[in-house]
Amino acid sequence: MTRFLAITRTEMLILRRNRWLLVATLIMVLFALALTFAGSAPTGTLGVDMLTVSVASMTTLSVYLAPLLALMIAFDAIAGDVDRGSLSLLLSYPAGRGEILLGKFTAHLAALAFAMTVGFGTAGAVAAYFGGAGQESLMALVRLILTSILLGAVFLALGYLLSALARGATAAAGLSAGLWLVFVVLYDLGLLGAVVMDKGGAFTQSVFPWVMVANPADAFRLWNIAATEGVAMASGMTGAAQALPVWAAPASLLIWPVIGFALARLAFRRVEP
Amino acid sequence: MTDKALSIDHVLKDRGKTRVLDDITLSLASGQRVALLGHNGAGKSTLIKTILGLTPIHGGAIRIGDATPGSAQARQETAYLPEAVSFHPALTGREQLTLFAKLSGAKADVPGLLDRVGLSDALDRRIGAYSKGMRQRLGLAQVLLGQPKVALLDEPTSGLDPISRQDLYAIIDELAAQGTAVLIASHALTEVEARTDRIAIMRKGRMVADDTLNNLSALAGLPIRLKVRASANADALAAELGGSRINGASVELLCTPSDKMEALRRIAGMGDAVADVEMTPPKLEDLYRYYAQEERL
Repeated sequence: MTRFLAITRTEMLILRRNRWLLVATLIMVLFALALTFAGSAPTGTLGVDMLTVSVASMTTLSVYLAPLLALMIAFDAIAGDVDRGSLSLLLSYPAGRGEILLGKFTAHLAALAFAMTVGFGTAGAVAAYFGGAGQESLMALVRLILTSILLGAVFLALGYLLSALARGATAAAGLSAGLWLVFVVLYDLGLLGAVVMDKGGAFTQSVFPWVMVANPADAFRLWNIAATEGVAMASGMTGAAQALPVWAAPASLLIWPVIGFALARLAFRRVEP
Repeated sequence: MTDKALSIDHVLKDRGKTRVLDDITLSLASGQRVALLGHNGAGKSTLIKTILGLTPIHGGAIRIGDATPGSAQARQETAYLPEAVSFHPALTGREQLTLFAKLSGAKADVPGLLDRVGLSDALDRRIGAYSKGMRQRLGLAQVLLGQPKVALLDEPTSGLDPISRQDLYAIIDELAAQGTAVLIASHALTEVEARTDRIAIMRKGRMVADDTLNNLSALAGLPIRLKVRASANADALAAELGGSRINGASVELLCTPSDKMEALRRIAGMGDAVADVEMTPPKLEDLYRYYAQEERL
């Protein structure tokens, strides 16, 4: 049982040693701060505190950054070990493949959580200091951090899946970039196109919100927006959130990591080092 | 059931349409050192991976003690050194070996093991800064973890300088002395010659030989080479002995082991005409060429 923790400990060491943790945290802090200051203009007009606006901006940031950071660690997790020739050795030890994957996942998720908490936490503290914060906006910040970690978990698991399927780490990196593009950019563009074509018909009314929430990145956005009125106002994106039951977005974001991990585990079973 | 540490019984493996392992049978008793020889692509590494349960077989059976390959018990009892082993460059030798010790569940003296393979100076240096030979030694250190029943070493001498090769074979002897069956896949024929109890040779997925060096020599019936240096007239000597002249002053003749003494007596009887005699018994290299290259069915 403690074997996966040995893997976790080693993976943490690697993330610290190769500066991934430092760089990721720095990226999060810088982007979150920049968005908080750049996005602080509409505070007066909307009548909400600065932290609320900051959370709305950071939600948009996290949709892009959380999957990217997660995929950046995950793509190498299996393919890299195959390339180095160290996977066959690792698998000759009593630790099972599930334990190896779980050990890596725990370490990578902890690193992501650290970067998210420090990044959004810093920006949130700055926004609260300069522009004030209420109980509701603090809740929104905590929700943003937790859901960002969940979104990271989804893309960690999907990254492992690609890493197990790809031939070599370079191919895995390419596939990961493609996956990011599809989930974060192209999916929404496609939906937008469909809505425009449909001109407010049956698709837009009933199907569209469900298709949208099936994408973990959109589920993340919807969850954060639907939960706080102020954030919804600041982001100007209330329509889709209201068309769905409250549980839809959380369910999607909670189920995805489980599905992703199960798929990665299945793909890893078939890897012959 | 037996004292067999490792038994491989009529194993088949196909990769696509190619049969990469064809009816392989091999067994190792505890404490035995067996060299596994063969060309690149003969199936040595594949055979080792089937023993580790990393790749499936399509016929026959493999047992490590009483366990099947890939089972928890088998993995506990097997140690493995992959060919050209490599580790994550960001870790130090100590950290990497500590991970392996924790995974194997063995109580291990990590600094002691690294000292045993001559890495005590590089204990806390990153593996990225290690030479190929140092990585190989780190790989060897993890073989010594716990007390494996079976150790599988794939090309363990690659990248090692001659002195570390001596160390390597000392460590293999140590493993064998504590009862570990050691299977060494190798190209370094001359070293394997003196250091193993048995030699198995693979060719194109089939086991073409599996015996002691002496028995293999006898079976192959390879000739002993006698090089006779003439003191004056090499042509006359060649005519007299029936060999062939190989350079200005020497004659070479081949004879079977049973004819060896007879040939020597004749040479001795020629008195002053012979300046020197050199005798070369067949080497492992000749045997290897005989078994691994020749089409024999």
